[in-house]
Amino acid sequence: MVDSLVKESGFNENLPEHTIETLVPQVAVTREVKPAPPRYRNEIAKYLIRRSGECALCGKCAQVCPQHVHVLKPGYKLFAAPHLNICIGPSCQQTDHYCIEQCPNAALTMVENPMLKVMGDYRWTAEMILATWKMAETGEPPAPEYGYEYETGASGGGFDRLRFKFPAKPPIELRDDEIDTSIVLNRRNDGRPQVTIDVPWYGGGMSFGSVSNVTQLSKARAATAFNTFTCTGEGGYMERMKPYDDHIITQVATGLFGVREETIQRVRIVEFKYAQGAKPGLGGHLLADKVTPAVARMRETVLGISLFSPFPFHSVYSIEDHQKHLDWIKHINRRALLSTKVSTPNDVEMVAVGSYSAGTHIVHLDGGYGGTGAAPDIAKKNIASPIEYAIVKVHRFLEAEGVRDKVTLITSGGIRTPHDIAKAIALGADGVVVGTAELIALGCIRCSRCESGRGCPRGIATTDAELAGSVELEWGTQRIINLYSAWRKELVAILQRFGMRSVSELRGRTDLLMHLDYTNDVETR
Amino acid sequence: MPTKYHIDTKKVAPRLPKIGKFGVVDWREDCARCHNCVKKACVYDRYRQEMQFIHDLDEFNAMFFECMGCFSCVQKCTKGLLALTINPQFERMGNGYYTPDIILTTWNQAETAGIPVSGAGYRGPFSGPGFDAMWTDMSEIVRPTRDGIHGREYISTSVDIGRKPRYLAFDQRTLTTKLPPLVDLPTPILVDMLPAPYHFPNLVPMMLAATVNTGTMMILPWEQQALLGPEQDKHLGNIIFYLGQNTPLPPAAMLKQLRLIEIAESDRTAQRIQELKASNPNLVVAVRVELDATGEERVITLAQHPSTEVIHIVSDINGNQLGVEQPKFIKDMTRHIHTSLVKSGVRDEITLIASGGIALAEHMAKEIICGADAIAINMPLLISLECRFCPSCRDGFPCPAKIEGITPEYGIGRMTNLIAVWHDQLIEMMGAMGIREARRLRGETGRALFFDDLEEETFGRLFGKRIRV
Repeated sequence: MVDSLVKESGFNENLPEHTIETLVPQVAVTREVKPAPPRYRNEIAKYLIRRSGECALCGKCAQVCPQHVHVLKPGYKLFAAPHLNICIGPSCQQTDHYCIEQCPNAALTMVENPMLKVMGDYRWTAEMILATWKMAETGEPPAPEYGYEYETGASGGGFDRLRFKFPAKPPIELRDDEIDTSIVLNRRNDGRPQVTIDVPWYGGGMSFGSVSNVTQLSKARAATAFNTFTCTGEGGYMERMKPYDDHIITQVATGLFGVREETIQRVRIVEFKYAQGAKPGLGGHLLADKVTPAVARMRETVLGISLFSPFPFHSVYSIEDHQKHLDWIKHINRRALLSTKVSTPNDVEMVAVGSYSAGTHIVHLDGGYGGTGAAPDIAKKNIASPIEYAIVKVHRFLEAEGVRDKVTLITSGGIRTPHDIAKAIALGADGVVVGTAELIALGCIRCSRCESGRGCPRGIATTDAELAGSVELEWGTQRIINLYSAWRKELVAILQRFGMRSVSELRGRTDLLMHLDYTNDVETR
Repeated sequence: MPTKYHIDTKKVAPRLPKIGKFGVVDWREDCARCHNCVKKACVYDRYRQEMQFIHDLDEFNAMFFECMGCFSCVQKCTKGLLALTINPQFERMGNGYYTPDIILTTWNQAETAGIPVSGAGYRGPFSGPGFDAMWTDMSEIVRPTRDGIHGREYISTSVDIGRKPRYLAFDQRTLTTKLPPLVDLPTPILVDMLPAPYHFPNLVPMMLAATVNTGTMMILPWEQQALLGPEQDKHLGNIIFYLGQNTPLPPAAMLKQLRLIEIAESDRTAQRIQELKASNPNLVVAVRVELDATGEERVITLAQHPSTEVIHIVSDINGNQLGVEQPKFIKDMTRHIHTSLVKSGVRDEITLIASGGIALAEHMAKEIICGADAIAINMPLLISLECRFCPSCRDGFPCPAKIEGITPEYGIGRMTNLIAVWHDQLIEMMGAMGIREARRLRGETGRALFFDDLEEETFGRLFGKRIRV
C-alpha cells in the first residue's frame, strides 16, 4: 500500500505512518435481536377496539387473546388501556379467538384508527411508519396478519410504482445462510484497503446539531453491530464516537465544521459532500435555536447564530480541483477510502464519471426526495431529479464508459424499506444510504418540525438536553439493530425468491422489475 | 457602487386565528386530572396559548388550531384520551388548485417575509400535474457558472419589459439603431388586477403602495383609476392602466406620464397601439391575450407583428386554458408559445408576461423557465391578506376574512412581504441552479427536467410504453 501511495504522490516523507491502523481500541457491539418496546405509553395502532357499557368485565377477551391485547390486571376491577399496537385486526376473524365475536355481551367493536389519516404522508405512509416501528421493536418483518401495506408508499411514482417479477418458484432453493448480502466498497485496485460491509446499506450523514448525540451514537453502534458504517454529517466528530471509528464515515462538507486532520485520520472512509438531495444547490442549514453551546463548541461557531454552509466548495471549480481535494485526504489518511456525495442534476452521469476519474472510490448519488434536518420548502422536490432516474442513467453511463466495476455506486434520497433497497440495486446501484428510516425506528413520526426551535419534539433531531434525554442509548441502538435485522431478513427473502446467492447478482437486473404504469413488453438486461 | 435592490419587510401579525392543519380531540369524561398533564408539557406550549387566546377573545370565533402534529401528547396521555385529527376547517379551504397547504404557507410568508423552511425532507407525491411535473436543474461541481448561496447578492432578478431590437447597427462608432422604450423592473413579478368576483375597492391603493415598496408595477382597469386615491400622481410609474376593447383612451396628458399600458387584444390591436404611441412614443404597450381555445395561436401570430412589444398571456386563476373541455395548463401553453416564437426568430424581440395558476414562488421560477419573461399575480396577494379562498365574496356574501376592513399598514405590509419572499425564493432557486440573471432563466428548459421526458428516457426504455397518464 505504501508503495502505491508513494507512486501516486511522490511525497513519501509526508505520508503519516500512524493512519495505517485505527488509533484507539474499538468497541464491539453484538448483532443480537432483542425486544425494544415502544417508548411511548400509547403506541399508535392500526385498529382500535372500543369497549361499550355492555361489558360485564368477565375477562373473556383477555383470556382468549393470544396477543394479550386486553389487560385486566389482577386485583383490578376495570380493564387497563389495551395494547392495541399488537392487535392483528380483522385478520383475527379467521381464528377462534377473535375477541369481538367471543365477547358474550357483544361489547367490543373494532374500527380502523382514524388517526392514521393524520399520520404520515405520500412518501412515508402511516402503515409504513407503523411497520418500521414494528420491525424496530421485534427485529422481524411484520407478520402478514397485521395487514400493513408497507412495501411501497403512496407517492404514485418511482419506487412506489416498481414491482419485482418474482418467478413462481425459485430457480434454485437456497437456505438463508447461503445468501450473501455483503458488498465491497473499494473497486479501484489502488492499493488502498478493501472494505466490505455486511449489508448493502450504511447510515446517512446527520450532524451533531441536526440530531442528538444519542441518535448519532445509536446509529454508530448499530453500524458497528452490522459491520457497516454511519456518517457524521458536517457537524464535527464527537469524542464519544471514537470507540466506533472503524464504522464511521467522516464528512467534509462545504462548511468544514469540525473538520481537522485528526478527525480525518480516525476513519476508514471520508466523504466529500458536494451537495445533498433534499436541498440541491444549497449548503447545509442549521437554524439559530439549534446552535446550542455544545453544538457551537463542536463547530467552533457562535452560540445561537444560524449556520448556512456555503454552496458549493469554493475551492472546487473543476474535476481537477475535485481531484485536489481527494488527494489532500489521501495524503492525510493512508487507509481511507473516498466517497463523493453529489445530488442529481441533469448531467449527473458526467458528474459521476468525473468523480471516478478524480479518484473517488464511492460515488454517492443523493436524490431529490431525501430527508434533512432543515431545508427551504422551495428546494424540496423542485430542484434536481428523483433518485430512480439518476441510478439508471449513471449505472448505464458508467457501464458504457467501461468503468462500472471500478467504482462503487451508492444511492440515497428516499430509500425507506428493504424493498426500496432491492429496487435501487436492481436499477443499477451497488448499495444505498439510509437516514429517515433509522429516525423512524427511534420514534420519529415525520412531523417535519426538526428544523428550528428546540428541534424535534420526540427527542431525536434535537440537541435540547431535556428532549434528547427521552431517548436512551441502549434502546436506540437496539431499535436500529432490530430494524437492520428485519431488513436483512426481507432482503434475503427477495434474493431467495430469485435464487440468488449474493446481492451483487441483483445489480442492474432491470429485467426483474416491472413498472405498473408501463406495458412491460421490453426485453432488457 | 449602484444601490442593491432590496425590499424592506417587517413582521405583520395575522388579524384572525390561523386555521391550522391539525387539531387535538380529547375525551374528557375519562380524564384522570393528572397534575402533570401532558398538555402542560407541550413542546410548543400550544395548549397554554390556546387557553390564553380563548380567554382574551372578545367575540365568538372559530376554533384555534396551531397544533404542530407531533403526537407527543397523544402518545403520552396516561389514559390515552387524546387523538389527533385533521382540522376540517383547514381541509375546506381553497379549491382543487389552491390547496390548504398553499394557503397556509402563503399566510405564513406574508406574516414573516421569511422563506419557509422545514425538516424531514419532502412529503408529497412523486410528481403531479402542472408545475409539479417538472424539476429545475441544479449547479454541480463541474459547472463553472454557478454563483451559489453566497453569491446571491450578485444575482440579478431584473427584467426588461418592451420590444428589443434584433441586433444593434453601428455606423462607424455611432449606434444607428433606434432603441425602443423599455421598462426595467427589479423583479419579474407584476401585480395583476383582481378578477371581478374578487374585487375589493379598498385594496387598490394598498396594492399600489406594495408595488411602490417593491419597485414593481400593478395593472388596473382605467375605469377604476379613481380607486387609486390621492397618491396616484406620485406613482404613475408603478401603474399599468388596462384598457378594455371599447375603453376610450386616457387623456394624452395622462398617457405622457405613463411607462407601460395594457390593452385588450382586439381586431384593432395594431391601430390602438399606434394611437397610444402617437400620444407618447416612449410608452410601452402590452397586449392582454386570454388563452382560450385559439389563444396560443393568436399570440404566436400577434408576436410577428412589428408593432407588438409585450404580450400578456392570461389563463384562468387555476392556470387552465379558458373555455375548453380539456384545458391545457399555463406552463405547457407558455412553452408552446415560447418555442414557436424561438422557431420563428422573434422571441428575443417580444416580452411575454404570464398570469394564472402561479400560486407559489416555485411556480414563478418554473413559468419563467418555460418561457415567460415575467409573471403577474393577483390571487396569492389576496390570500396573503388571510383570504381562505372561500366562495363568499364571489357569491355576494360578506367576506369571512373581513378584507373590506383591513388597515393599510396591514394590507401593504402583508403584500410587500409576500412579494419580497417570492423574490428571495427566486434567488434561492437561481442560486441553486447556478444562474446569475432572471433574464437568462427565461426559456432555459435545458436547465429543467420534465417528468414526461425523464420517464420516457429512463423507464420507457426499460418497460415499454407508458399507459397511465
